[in-house]
Amino acid sequence: MDTVLLARWQFAMTALFHFIFVPLTLGLSFLVAIMETAYVRTGNETYLRMTKFFGKLFLINFALGLVTGITLEFEFGMNWARYSKFVGDIFGAPLAIEATMAFFLESTFLGVWIFGWKKVSKKTHALSIWLVAFGTNISALWILIANAWMQHPVGYVIRNGRAEFVNFWAAALQPYAILKFLHTVSAGYVVGSFFVMGISAYHLLKNQEVDLFKKAFKIGAYFGLFASLVVFIVGDLHAGEVAKTQPTKLAAMESLWNTKKGAPMYLFLIPDEKHERNAVEIFGIPKMLSVLAYHNPNATVRGLKSFPKNDRPPVTITFISFRTMVALGTLFVLLTLFAFYLIKKDKLLDKKWFLKLMLFAIPLPYLACELGWIVAEVGRQPWIVYGLLRTSQGTSTAVMPSQIIMTIIGFIFLYSILGFIDIYLLIKYAKQVPEPATKEGGY
Amino acid sequence: MLNTIWFALWGLLWAVYFMLDGFDFGVGVLHPFIAKEDLERRMVINTIGPVWDGNEVWLITAGGATFAAFPTTYAYMFSYLYTPLFIILASLILRGVSFEFRGKIESEGWKKFWDFIIFLFSLIPAVLFGVAFGNIFMGLPFDTNGYHGTLFTLLNPYGLLTGVFFLLLFLEHGALWLSFKASNSVAERAQASAKKIWPLLLIVAVLFLAYTKFATKLYNNYISHPVWFIVPAIAVVSLLLIRAFMNSSYAKAFLSSCVTIVTVVFTGVIGLYPNLIPSSINPAYNLTIFNSSSSQYTLKVMLIVAVIFVPIVIAYQLWAHMLFKGTIKKEDLEDKEVETY
Repeated sequence: MDTVLLARWQFAMTALFHFIFVPLTLGLSFLVAIMETAYVRTGNETYLRMTKFFGKLFLINFALGLVTGITLEFEFGMNWARYSKFVGDIFGAPLAIEATMAFFLESTFLGVWIFGWKKVSKKTHALSIWLVAFGTNISALWILIANAWMQHPVGYVIRNGRAEFVNFWAAALQPYAILKFLHTVSAGYVVGSFFVMGISAYHLLKNQEVDLFKKAFKIGAYFGLFASLVVFIVGDLHAGEVAKTQPTKLAAMESLWNTKKGAPMYLFLIPDEKHERNAVEIFGIPKMLSVLAYHNPNATVRGLKSFPKNDRPPVTITFISFRTMVALGTLFVLLTLFAFYLIKKDKLLDKKWFLKLMLFAIPLPYLACELGWIVAEVGRQPWIVYGLLRTSQGTSTAVMPSQIIMTIIGFIFLYSILGFIDIYLLIKYAKQVPEPATKEGGY
Repeated sequence: MLNTIWFALWGLLWAVYFMLDGFDFGVGVLHPFIAKEDLERRMVINTIGPVWDGNEVWLITAGGATFAAFPTTYAYMFSYLYTPLFIILASLILRGVSFEFRGKIESEGWKKFWDFIIFLFSLIPAVLFGVAFGNIFMGLPFDTNGYHGTLFTLLNPYGLLTGVFFLLLFLEHGALWLSFKASNSVAERAQASAKKIWPLLLIVAVLFLAYTKFATKLYNNYISHPVWFIVPAIAVVSLLLIRAFMNSSYAKAFLSSCVTIVTVVFTGVIGLYPNLIPSSINPAYNLTIFNSSSSQYTLKVMLIVAVIFVPIVIAYQLWAHMLFKGTIKKEDLEDKEVETY
């Protein structure tokens, strides 16, 4: 195997593993902050116990998100030295800003939050988890600005054999970056709310701590409904942005081979990459693809065949990932709408089947997040910076394939052990009954 | 000018990182020896509990700043030092999760396992950071065709000596931290260790300064601009003051150790200027702050960000350190209402 393929495998592995933990951090930090704020405002002990219960799960998850993030920062230089050299003038800045603006904020105030129960006032304590939540989201903003630049480079010139910034704000504020940010963080909120709803459903099914978990389920459902709608709407706008800026990715997402005016969308199709066509195409909705991509029924959508073969991304994996993600996103809207309805009618506890469904739905938003990244990154191929630098031109020349194989083995070993322990601990603590209230209220 | 400012900031980020995570490493290596039973070990771990994570962010920032300000250096440094960096990375991952995992299952064997992980994976990065910096001070064997060394090229006498020097600096630093952050017998054992480690540190520091004369070109800058000798002079004085303060206040001895670590790092950094990584094959290939930097525009944008946000970060990190400045007592760890590791 060559360096490029190995470096890609390693990056895909470590990035997808990192992104098992990040979305929950993004969403659960806000949910715990909401729970603690409810406690501070009402003085109701139940919210305090809820905060501590979900707070513990938040911390177990946070630790792994944090440490696996460092890997990625190192990996750009280790495996992708030519890429780092080519884009460093642009790509390094958001990374450094992310650390300065976000990482310090989240790590410092998380320390205050964990250890400060008796050291600071109730309000300051609640404020610190809000700061952690904002920190994690600011972090997402900067890293996604960096990623958006790889998808759609703007605000640069090619000078001295590399890309150099001429307009920082053009890259920081481009629609691609903002949409990507909103789409990703709201997906994280969905993960967080399904996590809270699923665990609450488990305890409600066991008929323990009913009051606490009914309240928690409600917080999860409201937040989840809001988040699912945002993911869905922003996702549509984001796809529109992809259509404008990355036509090859869009064509692969839809497995569209021939350029068409008023392109239809097939509800079911099977791509056949070898023969540059789809083996099966059924249930076509006329003009739907043109509507989705350009919000215009007569718009022309470029097909894959209008691009040279070596400029096209892998079609099947991009297409299947995209389709599944969209289907899941739709499902999340329906599930949270139904949850919202049941809570309004106060019928949640009667619908055991729904509680069971929500328990087993916990992994689904995770899956949707991972698929989203596959669409974003595989769909960008064969470019590492779309249209500017090919992935094959980005690797390190000083690194041997054997070295990458060694570190891949190292990561598989390390990550599978840590992932196993982390999931074990999450399940163990999720199943426990929240600790009873203490006399002084815990501060 | 911007390049020089960023060089100074680059040095500062590494210096602050070693000053902060240095005591975490020291505490991690010392804890099995200083703490005898579980409650004592928890006490030791909880002295760094609220701050280790914020300390480690200085490393991420140092890495990010290298990428942003000197991308060519970042690209070469990380791909040339591939294996040691992977080992450091794996160590930091394991050390980080071990604090979180250790107390989560009530089992003797489980806790002992993570105690060992904390010990080993604090020891390894402490030494390897020294080895890496020793080799950077000397220069790495690279030219336009790339890097001509392996992990074992790095394990040369000067690199290893720097590794031992860093380890001892961090052990002393960690022992002093525990001397006033822990209580009772744990604090007493830490104080005894601090007193035992100090003479070793002094000997190795002298050896390091002497060997540097032969192994590196760091002194050239000092000879042409003798005013800079003030920095290594402060390092030596603060190293001596550590011992003097031990008789009156361990907190003061610890602060003196902070000054020692920062000035030791700057002693090397000033000697490197204007190089970030010299080439041991031919100085023509040196990666300097000019030939490996970002554009002036990017350096300016980054400087504005740093000028606004770094003081804010320092302010709230100081606030957090003050919040947790008290000694950790056994009673604190048995209090069910307070979260601890």
